[in-house]
Amino acid sequence: MSARDLAQRLRTRFGDLISEPVEFRGEITVTLADAERVAEVCQFARDELGFDFLLDLTSVDNYGEEPRWTVVYELYGLGHHRHLRLKTHVSEEKSELPTVTGVWPAADWHEREVYDMMGIRFRGHPDLRRILMWEGYPYFPLRKDFPLAGRPSEMPGVAFTEAAPLEGGPFVTAPGGRDALEREPRARGPER
Amino acid sequence: MSNSTVFGYDSKIEGDVVVTRLDAAINWFRKNSLWPMPMGLACCAIELMATGASRYDISRFGSEVMRFSPRQSDVMIVAGTVTYKMALVVKRLYEQMAEPKWVIAMGACASTGGMYRSYAVLQGVDRILPVDIYVAGCPPRPEALLDALLKLQAKVQREPVLATLKKAPPPGPPAPALAPPAPAARPDVLQPA
Repeated sequence: MSARDLAQRLRTRFGDLISEPVEFRGEITVTLADAERVAEVCQFARDELGFDFLLDLTSVDNYGEEPRWTVVYELYGLGHHRHLRLKTHVSEEKSELPTVTGVWPAADWHEREVYDMMGIRFRGHPDLRRILMWEGYPYFPLRKDFPLAGRPSEMPGVAFTEAAPLEGGPFVTAPGGRDALEREPRARGPER
Repeated sequence: MSNSTVFGYDSKIEGDVVVTRLDAAINWFRKNSLWPMPMGLACCAIELMATGASRYDISRFGSEVMRFSPRQSDVMIVAGTVTYKMALVVKRLYEQMAEPKWVIAMGACASTGGMYRSYAVLQGVDRILPVDIYVAGCPPRPEALLDALLKLQAKVQREPVLATLKKAPPPGPPAPALAPPAPAARPDVLQPA
């Protein structure tokens, strides 16, 4: 059974909640319309469709668009070797959706990372603390409106941050440049 | 043990007298047994391990005793990217080291933040510690670290130990407090006299 067939089985079970499977470079993606039911869909995908392995759980900031957040689940079955990507959207006002730690325990740290970097909360998570930054850090640094250089913050005795000097940066690569000099990371201002 | 072993005073060995300055002698002791505190934070630590292993053999310079306790170390080798989350831990470990103490900033990240111009990375460990030697490289070769060690030994040899021994420390800005401020006195708790 191919990944597309498995996605169709998800569709026959949940109907219009699941979008038509989209194929890009051999990978199948489905979008879940209601983020509130993500745990239920994932439970079905694991128990009935054999997706017993959560490869990754990550998030996208669609800054300037609504809904702002996209949460992405990369599912894999070690039995049938099929891969399926499940996406769902969360609005900025809500910024909350159910946890899938009850389905795959591996989701624990991934959800903590999403919470730490983006500020999306996972309802029912057993231990939703920051994982990379420290407790009390006031920002969510992977949001698009957070500057790459960072912002100053201070927690006396615990940690501090300062804005990094970018000096004309950010330092970015330019893929497709004619030679290595054009392609390599350099300080490129916003005008480029 | 055979009966021919000579115990006690041996004029062949101990009869000679060396005249030197106390400064020079103390510094000579110190510089030839700089015990490093390996502050391995990133890939530079791999090169630090290579420096300590048999091929490069840091013990040729008296620094083979890597101590993971700051109380027993003389030189902190900051090898790698110092994130803000780690910064105050590094500072605390440095403050736990006994005087005299030195710091080597190994590699681009420890010296300047390196390629990490970002919200998470301290832009050079010299913002929180007094660095003696900076080592260029990403990561530096073991030879570069050994060269830094030799340069540090030369620096230690030049230090005026006795001249500064009884002087008050130079006035500077007070170090930021690491511990949280003490809680306000509570009237319902008995205070020690």
